[in-house]
Amino acid sequence: MDDLNQLLLGFQVALSWTNVMFMVVGVLLGIVVGVLPGLGGPNGVAILLPLTFGMDPTSAIILLSSIYWGALFGGAITSILFNIPGEAWSVATTFDGYPMAQQGRAGEALTAAFTASFIGALSGVVLITFVAPLVAKLALRFGPAEFFGVFFLTFCSFIGMGKENKAKIVASLAIGFLLAAVGLDTISGDLRLTFGSSELIKGFDFLVVVIGLFGVSEILLTIEEGLHFKGKKAAIDLKVVLRTWASLPRYWATLIRSSIVGMWMGVTPGGAIAASFMGYGLAKRFSRNPENFGRGEMEGVLAPETAAHAAGTSALLPMLALGIPGSATAAVLLGGLMIWGLQPGPLLFIENKEFVWGLIASMYLGNIAGLLIVLATVPVFAAIMRIPFALVAPIILIVCAIGAYTVESSRFDIWLMLIFGVIGYVFKKLDYPLAPLVLAIVLGDRAEDAFRQALLGSGGNLSVFFSNGLVSTLMVMGLLLLFWGPLSAGRRLVMRKVTPTRSAPASS
Amino acid sequence: MADASDTAPEAGLSRRIVEIIVALILMALSAMVLWDSYERGAGWDGGPQNGFFPARVGWILLIAAIAAFVSAIRREDSVFVTYGQLRLVGSVFAPLFLYVLAIEFLGIYAASALFMAVFMVMLGEFRWWQTLLAVIAVPVVCFWVFEIQFRLSLPKGPVEAMLGF
Repeated sequence: MDDLNQLLLGFQVALSWTNVMFMVVGVLLGIVVGVLPGLGGPNGVAILLPLTFGMDPTSAIILLSSIYWGALFGGAITSILFNIPGEAWSVATTFDGYPMAQQGRAGEALTAAFTASFIGALSGVVLITFVAPLVAKLALRFGPAEFFGVFFLTFCSFIGMGKENKAKIVASLAIGFLLAAVGLDTISGDLRLTFGSSELIKGFDFLVVVIGLFGVSEILLTIEEGLHFKGKKAAIDLKVVLRTWASLPRYWATLIRSSIVGMWMGVTPGGAIAASFMGYGLAKRFSRNPENFGRGEMEGVLAPETAAHAAGTSALLPMLALGIPGSATAAVLLGGLMIWGLQPGPLLFIENKEFVWGLIASMYLGNIAGLLIVLATVPVFAAIMRIPFALVAPIILIVCAIGAYTVESSRFDIWLMLIFGVIGYVFKKLDYPLAPLVLAIVLGDRAEDAFRQALLGSGGNLSVFFSNGLVSTLMVMGLLLLFWGPLSAGRRLVMRKVTPTRSAPASS
Repeated sequence: MADASDTAPEAGLSRRIVEIIVALILMALSAMVLWDSYERGAGWDGGPQNGFFPARVGWILLIAAIAAFVSAIRREDSVFVTYGQLRLVGSVFAPLFLYVLAIEFLGIYAASALFMAVFMVMLGEFRWWQTLLAVIAVPVVCFWVFEIQFRLSLPKGPVEAMLGF
């Protein structure tokens, strides 16, 4: 009950005129960011973050999180009309969304996608409303060892659940940690890994890295496909919207299933991509006509969109309650909290009640506003994709350069952005995942501090990480996730031996 | 991730070679980290020394890089990027590199105008007045948004000095 009162107070904060304005501006900017190549969620938020340094933190996070919602909605537009997934988790949306657009049912597909996103996001927000305060309350008892346990769990789940080559995920994480370690060491006050360079003393700012890795590299990747986008026409009118909405209750089972999958996967980091594919796979398996999937089945749009957005929203739960982001965009938002002078973690729920509940209330409102805005403005945003690339690309690159510069007012950072753009291009082509790298940069210092403080407290004895039930559970869960791949492969091997008659499908 | 292998007949850069180069760079990086950390002390001196954590991560990176190296050698080779694609990427990267270089000397606004012009003339099919409009509008809008609205000072060069900023 107490939390509900807090939520009502949050609505009062979020419903002030300025905050509603920021919400609308954020959603509109977010859709642009989601539609344009080279400006995904993480990059869009990273570029705008320096502009919010002087703002009130609550308004700033409402603006930035609204950009996140807008980007999520915008990703669906490009997936369906142009067969170009804006984010990795929109990939599954293209399977049925693009065929629907080819059949002239783009309006239906878009309405279905937006509504599904809305339902998914809403279930994620409800989860945050009721579970985040409980998690935060539990986390108040955490010491450095427990916090390191949570970090450990986060990184292990990236390695264990990731679809990429495990060595590459580990390499990405390690690079992120090392980049975070460059510069002044906060505990000893010594310089580390600077190799005598004065430019490196201040270390690598994660915003610059994000702008390079996600922005510049995306432009380089996009240009490979040539200079023109071929898209389908979109026309949404009220009749199409209402007709699609009327048909939605038929898919209630899919929507609920995908929401649950999404919420579950979203809380574990890196889960949104896996969630969208799982949602799609489950919908196909339970469908009465699975052979229609991939040929323009509406359920095939609903399932991944619901799951991806439930996951994308739930990714903010660990960020708020524990200070550990569940996705790259959440990591950038977390970086914002620290810049605005807020200490992310469980204390946020006690010391900055107004901020937390204002943000949560704005999630409800932002998604409603997002749904209405995106339905009303699809044709406008689809038209953005028809602007010639030779005009859009230089503008995006200029904005990236300005964004990189404004972080620290340093020209050296623009060069870093360029270098990380090339690194991002090569890494994406070689399937080195980028999200773990960003997460490790943001969390690296704090993970190290927790590790060192825990060890200092125990006099260097590693048994501190198994000293009580809580921390042992976290560490064991982390280890289980770390070896999830080999474990489940082993289980499959055993199962195969038990039933040798059935030919097992080739596993990838 | 779109795999380049389905456009098999087109010639291009070997993916295996790029994989191997990246793995070697990562190994070199981890060697640098290990050297730097052990130089300053990565052990235990009444508590973890400041090289303790980076050194552990350096070892992990080294192992991961070796694993990536081995799997790169064992995997079937495919095309990393076709030469045609590489030329397109180069046609974006070269102006971008010059742009960043130009920012050092001309400031961000003049450099942006030049960058827009080069990009639109080289890669687009625009009428001259469209190019001119974009070349003037983009820096002016940027100036208005950043310098006047947000009061952020961006790098400036001789052109701005002439105009009195």
